[in-house]
Amino acid sequence: MISYLEFEKPVAALESRIAELRTTAAEGDLDISAEVTRLERKSADLLASTYRALTPWQKTQVARHPMRPHFVDYVRMIFTDFVPLGGDRTFGEDYAIIGGFATIQGRKVMLIGHENGHDTATRIKHNFGMGKPEGYRKATRLMELAGRFGLPVVTLVDTKGAFPGVEAEERGQAEAIARATEACLALPVPMVAVIVGEGGSGGAVALASASRVLMLEHAVYSVISPEGCASILWRTPEKASDAAEAMKVTAQDLHGLKVIERIVQEPVGGAHRDPEMTAKMLSNALVEELDKLGRLSPAEIIAKREERFLAIGQD
Amino acid sequence: MSWLNRVRNSLSSLGAAKEQIPDNLWIKCPNCGEMLFTKDYEANLSVCPRCDHHGRIGTDARLSQILDAGFQLLPSPRVKDDPLKFRDSKKYTDRLKAARAANPHHDALTNALGTIDGHRAVVGVQDFFFMAGSMGVAVGAAFVSGVERAIKERAPYIICTAAGGARMQEGILSLMQMPKATVALRRLRAAGLPYIVVLTDPTTGGVTASYAMLGDIHIAEPGCLIGFAGQRVIQDTIREKLPEGFQRAEYLHAHGMVDMVVRRPELKATLAMLLSYMCNKAA
Repeated sequence: MISYLEFEKPVAALESRIAELRTTAAEGDLDISAEVTRLERKSADLLASTYRALTPWQKTQVARHPMRPHFVDYVRMIFTDFVPLGGDRTFGEDYAIIGGFATIQGRKVMLIGHENGHDTATRIKHNFGMGKPEGYRKATRLMELAGRFGLPVVTLVDTKGAFPGVEAEERGQAEAIARATEACLALPVPMVAVIVGEGGSGGAVALASASRVLMLEHAVYSVISPEGCASILWRTPEKASDAAEAMKVTAQDLHGLKVIERIVQEPVGGAHRDPEMTAKMLSNALVEELDKLGRLSPAEIIAKREERFLAIGQD
Repeated sequence: MSWLNRVRNSLSSLGAAKEQIPDNLWIKCPNCGEMLFTKDYEANLSVCPRCDHHGRIGTDARLSQILDAGFQLLPSPRVKDDPLKFRDSKKYTDRLKAARAANPHHDALTNALGTIDGHRAVVGVQDFFFMAGSMGVAVGAAFVSGVERAIKERAPYIICTAAGGARMQEGILSLMQMPKATVALRRLRAAGLPYIVVLTDPTTGGVTASYAMLGDIHIAEPGCLIGFAGQRVIQDTIREKLPEGFQRAEYLHAHGMVDMVVRRPELKATLAMLLSYMCNKAA
């Protein structure tokens, strides 16, 4: 059972009408298959046209959809032999940021990403995808390890932001993010980052300072959440829609600004309507990018990545 | 009633006389409320003689407090204003215009080349009075150019940070300044040159989570606010009272995030002393 977003209500209405007709048909011997087909076609068209014209704020809601696939789903659908590695060797383990060895279409990589959880219990376990310093320090550790053993790094970014809490601040949230960003930039191996859901602020950039940055079609990536931006600049979170528009948070906008290199298409109606298809397209895009980068020498990899970030916003 | 009118009249004439006094003659300490002669306050480096509160200061005051006389302001690279055509309740271009009209500098980060008790250095200053010191493309570009100049001069880079965070009006481009500044710092380190961060009030958000926390040495001014997340955001998340002194310089020192808390009158000598240890290698 799919859960509909507010702007999908007209589609939801059609779908429930179709379901009703089917029930009626099953009870009697009225032939309504023509009507059902007509409505199904109408519903599919409406879904496609709605998703072609999503506003930045609607995309934010799609990116946050509770059924949208995330890290553990992609691990299952894209990667084989995932070997999770735990701990920052300093303080503890952080389940909001997961990482380890993994294989994608026969290529061995270091896979790191945010995990949000999919129900109340797992969302609490994974702290809603909001990493703490130990999570970012674990990511730094795993990236350094990958660099030493020649494993390309793949990250799946999906976070509202780094966790804003007292202990996180005390243990150096800012320093941990800064060091993880630095670790990305220091990698002598290819690094491909994908914003699969929400890319929120420093907590995202710490895992996304990559050679190539990809975004799923309806993912969003921003310096602050639209609600946060609206609270500060418009003085009310109600203006989140305006803030999302003004900040240019969509994959399409960010591609235009040369902040990301590639948009990975999602199935009609968003990744949550067909996770398998999403995973397949993402897997192929990742392999293409990794193979391209794999032809560069370590010095070229570092130099190109540095140039990438020095150039952003300069033209 | 005539005496009352007389008092009233004399009071209003007092008010008129007061208007002729320049309104910046006195300054109220933002911490203890003490009324201070602006001249005395500035001579005391904008530190309150009563409560030792370190007031916020602009770029020029900061540079002249740290550098020996005769330092040279370095030009900052010009970048495109308003890359996103951003508008909230006001247009970003209007906010920039107002900030520039009220500040001698073109954006929130300015570099200078000079000496600190004889030790050559490039010093960058982030100015809270310019759009809360916020980090956008111009700040990132100025930071990179300051570091590049330091590499060219074979001199250390010192940054005095002050920022409410990233400049929201530049959206994702402001976020991208975090890795950009970090690229520059990797090059400074590869060149074997020291990088010292002087954290001043306030240093928050993406600035803290990038170049402010990557120093070889972190110095903080007493009482200054240093953090990643805003206090209101944290309070809304944990729904508990924040600990005493949370996110203040002394608190960060106690938690191992800064090397030392240094009062403003001792800042220049401290920097010179640190440089004497760190600029020892034969060039």
